[in-house]
Amino acid sequence: MARKSRKIPEINAGSMADIAFLLLVFFLVTTTMDQQKGLRVQLPPFPDPNVPPPVVEQNDRNVLEVLVNSGDQLLVERKPLRINQLTELTKRHIQNEGRLPNFADSSQAAIVSLKNDRGTSVQRYVEVYNELIRAYVEARDEYALNKFGRSFKDLPKKSDQALEVQKKYPMKISEAEPVEYSSSN
Amino acid sequence: MSKFKKNKGKELPAINTSALPDIVFMLLFFFMVATKMRDPTVLVKTSLPVVSEVEKIEKKSWVNHILVGPPINTAKSGTAPRIQFDDKFGMVEGANGVQAYITLKKNEHPEGVRDYLTTAIKADRSVKMGLIQDIKQELRKINSLKLLYSASEGEVIE
Repeated sequence: MARKSRKIPEINAGSMADIAFLLLVFFLVTTTMDQQKGLRVQLPPFPDPNVPPPVVEQNDRNVLEVLVNSGDQLLVERKPLRINQLTELTKRHIQNEGRLPNFADSSQAAIVSLKNDRGTSVQRYVEVYNELIRAYVEARDEYALNKFGRSFKDLPKKSDQALEVQKKYPMKISEAEPVEYSSSN
Repeated sequence: MSKFKKNKGKELPAINTSALPDIVFMLLFFFMVATKMRDPTVLVKTSLPVVSEVEKIEKKSWVNHILVGPPINTAKSGTAPRIQFDDKFGMVEGANGVQAYITLKKNEHPEGVRDYLTTAIKADRSVKMGLIQDIKQELRKINSLKLLYSASEGEVIE
Protein backbone atom coordinates (compact mmCIF):
# COMPACT_ATOMS: atom_id res chain seq x y z
CA MET A 1 0.00 0.00 0.00
CA ALA A 2 2.74 2.34 0.90
CA ARG A 3 4.65 1.52 -2.27
CA LYS A 4 1.90 2.69 -4.51
CA SER A 5 1.88 6.14 -3.10
CA ARG A 6 5.60 6.52 -3.72
CA LYS A 7 6.61 8.72 -6.61
CA ILE A 8 8.48 7.12 -9.50
CA PRO A 9 12.01 8.51 -9.47
CA GLU A 10 13.15 10.33 -12.58
CA ILE A 11 15.33 8.27 -14.90
CA ASN A 12 18.82 9.63 -14.95
CA ALA A 13 19.53 10.51 -18.56
CA GLY A 14 23.05 11.70 -17.93
CA SER A 15 24.65 8.57 -19.32
CA MET A 16 22.53 8.63 -22.46
CA ALA A 17 25.12 10.84 -24.11
CA ASP A 18 27.80 8.27 -23.30
CA ILE A 19 25.82 5.48 -24.89
CA ALA A 20 25.12 7.59 -27.94
CA PHE A 21 28.81 8.50 -28.21
CA LEU A 22 29.73 4.84 -28.09
CA LEU A 23 27.39 4.05 -30.97
CA LEU A 24 28.58 7.13 -32.82
CA VAL A 25 32.20 6.05 -32.59
CA PHE A 26 31.28 2.57 -33.82
CA PHE A 27 29.55 3.90 -36.91
CA LEU A 28 32.29 6.44 -37.50
CA VAL A 29 34.82 3.65 -37.63
CA THR A 30 32.78 1.28 -39.77
CA THR A 31 31.66 3.85 -42.34
CA THR A 32 33.50 3.51 -45.59
CA MET A 33 33.28 6.55 -47.75
CA ASP A 34 34.87 4.85 -50.71
CA GLN A 35 33.93 6.18 -54.06
CA GLN A 36 33.29 4.26 -57.20
CA LYS A 37 36.13 5.11 -59.49
CA GLY A 38 37.21 3.76 -62.79
CA LEU A 39 37.20 4.16 -66.53
CA ARG A 40 33.70 4.68 -67.83
CA VAL A 41 33.02 2.90 -71.07
CA GLN A 42 30.01 2.56 -73.33
CA LEU A 43 29.74 -0.82 -75.01
CA PRO A 44 28.39 -1.11 -78.54
CA PRO A 45 25.02 -2.86 -78.79
CA PHE A 46 25.09 -6.56 -79.59
CA PRO A 47 24.83 -7.17 -83.31
CA ASP A 48 21.59 -8.77 -84.43
CA PRO A 49 22.49 -12.15 -85.96
CA ASN A 50 19.69 -11.82 -88.54
CA VAL A 51 20.92 -8.50 -89.84
CA PRO A 52 24.25 -8.48 -91.64
CA PRO A 53 26.63 -5.91 -90.21
CA PRO A 54 26.48 -2.65 -92.12
CA VAL A 55 29.37 -2.05 -94.42
CA VAL A 56 30.90 1.18 -93.26
CA GLU A 57 33.32 2.86 -95.54
CA GLN A 58 36.02 3.89 -93.16
CA ASN A 59 38.95 5.65 -94.55
CA ASP A 60 42.01 3.84 -93.31
CA ARG A 61 43.79 7.02 -92.27
CA ASN A 62 40.99 7.92 -89.87
CA VAL A 63 41.39 4.76 -87.86
CA LEU A 64 44.22 4.48 -85.41
CA GLU A 65 44.63 0.81 -84.83
CA VAL A 66 45.85 -0.12 -81.39
CA LEU A 67 46.49 -3.75 -80.63
CA VAL A 68 47.61 -5.27 -77.37
CA ASN A 69 48.85 -8.80 -77.71
CA SER A 70 48.96 -11.63 -75.23
CA GLY A 71 52.43 -10.61 -74.12
CA ASP A 72 51.03 -7.20 -73.15
CA GLN A 73 52.98 -5.62 -75.99
CA LEU A 74 51.57 -2.69 -77.87
CA LEU A 75 51.21 -2.48 -81.62
CA VAL A 76 49.99 0.80 -83.08
CA GLU A 77 49.35 0.79 -86.82
CA ARG A 78 51.21 -2.55 -86.91
CA LYS A 79 54.32 -1.01 -85.40
CA PRO A 80 55.51 -1.67 -81.85
CA LEU A 81 55.27 1.26 -79.51
CA ARG A 82 56.04 1.99 -75.88
CA ILE A 83 53.01 2.79 -73.79
CA ASN A 84 54.35 6.17 -72.68
CA GLN A 85 54.38 7.30 -76.31
CA LEU A 86 50.78 6.30 -76.91
CA THR A 87 49.13 9.46 -75.61
CA GLU A 88 51.35 11.63 -77.77
CA LEU A 89 50.66 9.56 -80.88
CA THR A 90 46.92 9.46 -80.25
CA LYS A 91 46.87 13.20 -79.81
CA ARG A 92 48.75 13.65 -83.06
CA HIS A 93 46.16 11.43 -84.70
CA ILE A 94 43.09 13.29 -83.47
CA GLN A 95 44.61 16.75 -83.84
CA ASN A 96 46.01 16.09 -87.29
CA GLU A 97 43.22 17.79 -89.26
CA GLY A 98 44.46 16.34 -92.52
CA ARG A 99 48.04 17.56 -92.34
CA LEU A 100 49.95 14.28 -92.25
CA PRO A 101 48.77 11.63 -94.69
CA ASN A 102 48.70 8.70 -92.28
CA PHE A 103 46.69 10.39 -89.54
CA ALA A 104 43.07 11.47 -89.41
CA ASP A 105 41.34 13.90 -91.78
CA SER A 106 39.60 15.73 -88.99
CA SER A 107 39.05 15.37 -85.30
CA GLN A 108 35.41 14.40 -85.84
CA ALA A 109 36.30 11.60 -88.21
CA ALA A 110 39.11 10.21 -86.08
CA ILE A 111 38.53 6.81 -84.57
CA VAL A 112 40.71 4.82 -82.25
CA SER A 113 40.22 1.11 -82.57
CA LEU A 114 41.37 -0.87 -79.58
CA LYS A 115 41.88 -4.56 -80.08
CA ASN A 116 43.16 -7.01 -77.58
CA ASP A 117 44.04 -10.64 -77.33
CA ARG A 118 42.32 -12.99 -74.91
CA GLY A 119 45.64 -13.27 -73.15
CA THR A 120 46.09 -9.56 -72.51
CA SER A 121 46.11 -8.73 -68.83
CA VAL A 122 43.50 -6.39 -67.39
CA GLN A 123 46.28 -4.19 -66.03
CA ARG A 124 47.73 -3.50 -69.47
CA TYR A 125 44.34 -3.15 -71.15
CA VAL A 126 43.15 -0.59 -68.61
CA GLU A 127 46.47 1.23 -68.86
CA VAL A 128 46.19 1.47 -72.64
CA TYR A 129 42.59 2.59 -72.35
CA ASN A 130 43.72 5.20 -69.86
CA GLU A 131 46.32 6.57 -72.26
CA LEU A 132 43.72 6.86 -75.02
CA ILE A 133 41.29 8.67 -72.74
CA ARG A 134 44.12 10.91 -71.57
CA ALA A 135 44.87 11.88 -75.17
CA TYR A 136 41.27 12.98 -75.64
CA VAL A 137 41.19 14.80 -72.33
CA GLU A 138 44.35 16.70 -73.22
CA ALA A 139 43.14 17.52 -76.72
CA ARG A 140 39.86 18.81 -75.34
CA ASP A 141 41.66 20.83 -72.70
CA GLU A 142 43.91 22.47 -75.25
CA TYR A 143 40.99 23.33 -77.49
CA ALA A 144 38.96 24.71 -74.59
CA LEU A 145 41.90 26.76 -73.31
CA ASN A 146 42.52 28.26 -76.74
CA LYS A 147 38.94 29.06 -77.43
CA PHE A 148 37.38 29.85 -74.06
CA GLY A 149 40.40 30.42 -71.84
CA ARG A 150 39.40 27.60 -69.52
CA SER A 151 40.20 23.93 -69.48
CA PHE A 152 37.46 21.50 -70.40
CA LYS A 153 36.73 20.26 -66.91
CA ASP A 154 36.28 23.84 -65.68
CA LEU A 155 33.57 24.51 -68.23
CA PRO A 156 30.13 24.00 -66.75
CA LYS A 157 28.70 20.61 -67.64
CA LYS A 158 26.22 20.50 -70.52
CA SER A 159 26.93 24.15 -71.32
CA ASP A 160 27.14 25.23 -74.94
CA GLN A 161 30.89 25.61 -74.66
CA ALA A 162 31.39 22.16 -73.18
CA LEU A 163 29.16 20.63 -75.83
CA GLU A 164 31.11 22.40 -78.54
CA VAL A 165 34.36 20.95 -77.25
CA GLN A 166 32.80 17.53 -77.06
CA LYS A 167 31.51 17.89 -80.58
CA LYS A 168 34.92 18.93 -81.78
CA TYR A 169 36.63 15.97 -80.12
CA PRO A 170 34.11 13.17 -79.85
CA MET A 171 35.64 10.29 -77.93
CA LYS A 172 35.42 7.53 -80.46
CA ILE A 173 37.25 4.62 -78.95
CA SER A 174 35.92 1.43 -80.45
CA GLU A 175 36.39 -1.82 -78.66
CA ALA A 176 36.48 -4.19 -81.57
CA GLU A 177 34.48 -7.39 -81.75
CA PRO A 178 36.47 -10.12 -80.06
CA VAL A 179 38.74 -11.91 -82.49
CA GLU A 180 40.76 -14.99 -81.76
CA TYR A 181 44.43 -14.48 -82.33
CA SER A 182 47.01 -17.14 -81.90
CA SER A 183 48.35 -17.07 -78.39
CA SER A 184 51.93 -16.78 -79.55
CA ASN A 185 51.93 -13.28 -81.02
CA MET B 1 16.24 45.16 -5.58
CA SER B 2 18.29 43.94 -2.66
CA LYS B 3 15.92 41.07 -2.11
CA PHE B 4 16.25 39.96 -5.71
CA LYS B 5 20.05 39.89 -5.49
CA LYS B 6 19.96 37.85 -2.33
CA ASN B 7 17.82 35.19 -3.88
CA LYS B 8 20.08 34.62 -6.83
CA GLY B 9 23.10 33.47 -4.86
CA LYS B 10 26.75 33.66 -5.82
CA GLU B 11 27.72 30.40 -7.69
CA LEU B 12 27.50 30.03 -11.45
CA PRO B 13 24.64 27.92 -12.75
CA ALA B 14 25.64 24.51 -14.21
CA ILE B 15 25.71 24.34 -18.00
CA ASN B 16 22.65 22.63 -19.29
CA THR B 17 23.78 19.51 -21.15
CA SER B 18 20.38 18.01 -21.70
CA ALA B 19 20.57 18.81 -25.42
CA LEU B 20 23.87 16.97 -25.83
CA PRO B 21 22.30 13.55 -26.42
CA ASP B 22 20.17 15.09 -29.16
CA ILE B 23 23.20 16.44 -30.96
CA VAL B 24 25.04 13.17 -30.62
CA PHE B 25 22.02 11.23 -31.81
CA MET B 26 21.78 13.45 -34.84
CA LEU B 27 25.37 12.63 -35.75
CA LEU B 28 24.74 9.00 -34.95
CA PHE B 29 21.82 8.80 -37.36
CA PHE B 30 23.87 10.42 -40.08
CA PHE B 31 26.59 7.82 -39.79
CA MET B 32 24.07 5.02 -39.45
CA VAL B 33 22.51 6.07 -42.72
CA ALA B 34 25.86 6.57 -44.44
CA THR B 35 27.22 3.20 -43.36
CA LYS B 36 26.82 0.42 -45.84
CA MET B 37 26.41 -2.74 -43.83
CA ARG B 38 25.72 -5.03 -46.73
CA ASP B 39 29.37 -5.40 -47.63
CA PRO B 40 29.59 -8.78 -49.29
CA THR B 41 32.27 -11.16 -48.20
CA VAL B 42 34.97 -10.94 -50.77
CA LEU B 43 35.86 -14.30 -52.20
CA VAL B 44 38.30 -13.19 -54.85
CA LYS B 45 41.39 -11.06 -54.71
CA THR B 46 41.01 -7.81 -56.62
CA SER B 47 43.97 -5.51 -56.60
CA LEU B 48 42.87 -2.89 -59.05
CA PRO B 49 44.96 -1.37 -61.82
CA VAL B 50 46.15 2.17 -61.16
CA VAL B 51 45.36 4.79 -63.79
CA SER B 52 45.21 8.56 -63.95
CA GLU B 53 42.03 9.43 -65.85
CA VAL B 54 39.46 7.97 -63.48
CA GLU B 55 35.89 9.14 -63.27
CA LYS B 56 33.79 9.02 -60.15
CA ILE B 57 30.31 7.62 -60.13
CA GLU B 58 27.96 9.68 -58.05
CA LYS B 59 24.98 7.38 -57.91
CA LYS B 60 26.35 4.42 -56.01
CA SER B 61 23.03 2.64 -55.92
CA TRP B 62 23.02 2.48 -59.69
CA VAL B 63 26.18 0.43 -59.85
CA ASN B 64 26.22 -3.34 -59.96
CA HIS B 65 29.47 -5.05 -59.19
CA ILE B 66 31.07 -7.99 -60.85
CA LEU B 67 34.26 -9.09 -59.17
CA VAL B 68 36.79 -11.08 -61.12
CA GLY B 69 39.99 -12.43 -59.71
CA PRO B 70 41.84 -15.38 -58.31
CA PRO B 71 40.06 -16.90 -55.29
CA ILE B 72 41.42 -15.98 -51.87
CA ASN B 73 40.83 -19.48 -50.55
CA THR B 74 43.05 -21.28 -53.03
CA ALA B 75 42.82 -24.61 -51.23
CA LYS B 76 39.08 -24.75 -51.75
CA SER B 77 38.53 -22.93 -55.01
CA GLY B 78 41.78 -23.28 -56.92
CA THR B 79 43.85 -20.52 -58.45
CA ALA B 80 42.05 -19.90 -61.74
CA PRO B 81 40.22 -16.53 -61.83
CA ARG B 82 36.60 -16.73 -60.77
CA ILE B 83 33.64 -14.39 -61.02
CA GLN B 84 31.86 -13.20 -57.91
CA PHE B 85 28.37 -11.71 -57.67
CA ASP B 86 27.21 -10.29 -54.31
CA ASP B 87 28.67 -12.92 -52.02
CA LYS B 88 28.87 -16.07 -54.07
CA PHE B 89 30.77 -17.37 -57.05
CA GLY B 90 29.14 -17.10 -60.44
CA MET B 91 29.66 -18.21 -63.99
CA VAL B 92 29.77 -16.41 -67.32
CA GLU B 93 26.69 -18.14 -68.69
CA GLY B 94 23.71 -20.09 -67.43
CA ALA B 95 21.37 -19.78 -64.45
CA ASN B 96 24.20 -18.51 -62.28
CA GLY B 97 25.56 -16.31 -65.02
CA VAL B 98 26.14 -12.65 -65.79
CA GLN B 99 22.85 -12.22 -67.63
CA ALA B 100 20.79 -13.70 -64.80
CA TYR B 101 22.53 -11.57 -62.18
CA ILE B 102 22.26 -8.28 -64.04
CA THR B 103 18.64 -8.93 -64.98
CA LEU B 104 17.88 -9.63 -61.32
CA LYS B 105 19.56 -6.40 -60.30
CA LYS B 106 17.76 -4.45 -63.00
CA ASN B 107 14.40 -5.64 -61.72
CA GLU B 108 15.16 -4.13 -58.32
CA HIS B 109 15.06 -0.68 -59.88
CA PRO B 110 12.10 1.22 -61.31
CA GLU B 111 11.79 1.02 -65.04
CA GLY B 112 12.81 4.62 -65.68
CA VAL B 113 16.31 4.29 -64.31
CA ARG B 114 17.18 0.84 -65.65
CA ASP B 115 19.03 2.32 -68.59
CA TYR B 116 21.29 4.28 -66.26
CA LEU B 117 22.54 1.27 -64.36
CA THR B 118 26.26 0.78 -64.67
CA THR B 119 28.09 -2.47 -64.35
CA ALA B 120 31.41 -2.12 -62.60
CA ILE B 121 33.90 -4.82 -63.44
CA LYS B 122 36.28 -5.03 -60.54
CA ALA B 123 38.97 -7.15 -62.03
CA ASP B 124 42.31 -8.08 -60.60
CA ARG B 125 45.12 -6.76 -62.71
CA SER B 126 46.44 -10.22 -63.43
CA VAL B 127 43.17 -11.44 -64.97
CA LYS B 128 43.28 -12.10 -68.69
CA MET B 129 41.02 -10.10 -70.98
CA GLY B 130 39.47 -13.27 -72.42
CA LEU B 131 37.28 -13.70 -69.36
CA ILE B 132 36.42 -10.00 -69.28
CA GLN B 133 35.53 -10.16 -72.94
CA ASP B 134 33.11 -13.02 -72.29
CA ILE B 135 31.46 -10.95 -69.56
CA LYS B 136 31.30 -7.96 -71.90
CA GLN B 137 29.61 -10.06 -74.57
CA GLU B 138 27.02 -11.27 -72.07
CA LEU B 139 26.33 -7.68 -71.01
CA ARG B 140 25.89 -6.61 -74.61
CA LYS B 141 23.40 -9.43 -75.19
CA ILE B 142 21.06 -8.04 -72.49
CA ASN B 143 21.73 -4.48 -73.63
CA SER B 144 23.37 -3.18 -70.46
CA LEU B 145 26.00 -1.16 -72.17
CA LYS B 146 27.25 1.12 -69.43
CA LEU B 147 30.44 -0.28 -68.09
CA LEU B 148 33.07 0.79 -65.63
CA TYR B 149 36.48 -0.74 -65.41
CA SER B 150 37.15 -0.21 -61.74
CA ALA B 151 40.54 1.29 -61.08
CA SER B 152 42.22 3.30 -58.41
CA GLU B 153 43.48 6.77 -59.05
CA GLY B 154 47.18 7.43 -59.20
CA GLU B 155 50.08 8.17 -61.42
CA VAL B 156 50.98 5.45 -63.86
CA ILE B 157 54.45 4.16 -63.23
CA GLU B 158 56.22 2.72 -66.19
